[in-house]
Amino acid sequence: MDSIVQFENVGLRYGTDTETLSDISFTLFPGRFYFLTGASGAGKSSLLRLLFLAQRPSRGLIKLFGTDAVTLPREELPALRRRIGVVFQDFRLVPHLSAFDNIALPLRVAGVSERELQQPVAETLDWVGIGERASARPATLSGGEQQRVAIARAVISRPEILVADEPTGNVDPDMALRLLQLFEALNKLGTTVVVATHDLHLLSKVKNAQMMRLDKGRLSDPTGALRYPPRPGDAGQGG
Amino acid sequence: MAFFTLPSAQDRGLIPEGRLTGPMPWVIAIMMFLTILAAAAGLSVRASADRVNADLAGRVTVQIVEANPDLRAEQAGAAVEALSKIRLVEKVEPVSETDVEEMLAPWIGSDGLDDTIPIPALIDLDLNGPATEANLDEIRDLLTDIAPAARIDAHGSWLKPVFNLLKSLQYLALGLVLLLAFATSATVLLAARSALDTHRETIDIMHLLGATDGQITRLFQRRIGLDAGFGGAVGIIAALMVLFFIAVQMGEIGSGLLESGLLRWHDWAILALIPIGGIVLAMLTARVTIMRALRKML
Ligand SMILES: Nc1ncnc2c1ncn2[C@@H]1O[C@H](COP(=O)(O)OP(=O)(O)OP(=O)(O)O)[C@@H](O)[C@H]1O
Ligand SMILES: [Mg+2]
Repeated sequence: MDSIVQFENVGLRYGTDTETLSDISFTLFPGRFYFLTGASGAGKSSLLRLLFLAQRPSRGLIKLFGTDAVTLPREELPALRRRIGVVFQDFRLVPHLSAFDNIALPLRVAGVSERELQQPVAETLDWVGIGERASARPATLSGGEQQRVAIARAVISRPEILVADEPTGNVDPDMALRLLQLFEALNKLGTTVVVATHDLHLLSKVKNAQMMRLDKGRLSDPTGALRYPPRPGDAGQGG
Repeated sequence: MAFFTLPSAQDRGLIPEGRLTGPMPWVIAIMMFLTILAAAAGLSVRASADRVNADLAGRVTVQIVEANPDLRAEQAGAAVEALSKIRLVEKVEPVSETDVEEMLAPWIGSDGLDDTIPIPALIDLDLNGPATEANLDEIRDLLTDIAPAARIDAHGSWLKPVFNLLKSLQYLALGLVLLLAFATSATVLLAARSALDTHRETIDIMHLLGATDGQITRLFQRRIGLDAGFGGAVGIIAALMVLFFIAVQMGEIGSGLLESGLLRWHDWAILALIPIGGIVLAMLTARVTIMRALRKML
């Protein structure tokens, strides 16, 4: 099976500090569910930022969908980014847009007509349980509601990869479970899911999920499935 | 071309409604106002120079400067006869002696005019072309033998310093227009940069959701274009009101000289193009500024 994401000896350095991420090598396969854990400050968000093309690495090789993402000219980034859905740790909703318009944004960027986007946006709003708050601005939403808008925006365009950074940090355990079920449903439809979380409870809730651990910027691989290059047989382990 | 596309539904609301660029529209209004007035001044100077030139271009005076009155009259008569025969000269009009005396009276007094002060004989000519050196030479050659005392003056050449001044004024007006265009462009550049700073977070989010530079540029360019258009409209309305007011006052004076300074219809067309040029300049500056800034982001 062809990999969908491949990191090889990736390092990331902010400014002139020591490396935030060092020697990161792993391979992700399509249709799997991955957790990324690690202490606060270990570099989870930094790794995900490399993954959703918000940042270029200082060294190493990153391949997304078989394309070298490190040397890719920036005009070609948008096409790649549209295949990745992102839930940012700090949500990053557009403050003057309603919940509806925030969620519709990826579709509008992709050129979907107004008529065609009404129904999917409304459905997704309902899915995350904020149908009645469709016209509310982010500032008037609770933290958990904002988080759900951010999740809805990440999944609305049925991305091939869903990257979620602490997507359940601001919701109660029941809602966390529901959101996780949403991710699983997407995963069953073929989306590769990568969730960074502190919440070790979540890990046991998803069957067959694989786990990566970051420790001070270095990756350890408790399930042994992510090593690069993958050993024959590893690919099937989580499926 | 995407440059002039109207707002699409996709663009709606991405940048908050209301003025994007702070005081820029008013600065542009002032620039536009000054540009139009400077251009109007330059064009009307050109219009009057053209008119005076057209009036004088073919005007030539032949003076017969000869102390002996008999000889003078003889040479003048011969010159008139010879000049009447050539194609270059459309009209020959000898100025009568009394007219010449009247013209000179203010300077030398009416009773001082006796035979002791020789008065030249004057012949006014209208050429059927401009008084170029070649044309003047033709007349000179014709008169060397029959009227050796003839001196030939083109009216246009007396006004040469005046024309030079008018030329300088036109260049001054053009320089002002160019300076104002440059200042307008700089204003738009600053406004575009500050708009980008203000909306940096929205731009980042859009980039990460897969928006292209073109999509983001279009958003800002359209809004800056609208702001510039507003400023341009205010500027041209104010300038037209001023010009109209001046035109009415000139009309009341009704003097030939002033009338000749009024704008011609194609001058008005040029003035009307200035705000359009201003808006195109603003949009282009905005586009280039934004594209450049975006290229520095990831
Ligand atoms: N833009 C940045 N510039 C400089 N340093 C940064 C930047 N972003 C992150 N860092 C540093 O990199 C390290 C890793 O940060 P990161 O946000 O990736 O950790 P994290 O594992 O996501 O933590 P948390 O669980 O608290 O979200 C931290 O020491 C942080 O200070
Ligand atoms: Mg983080």
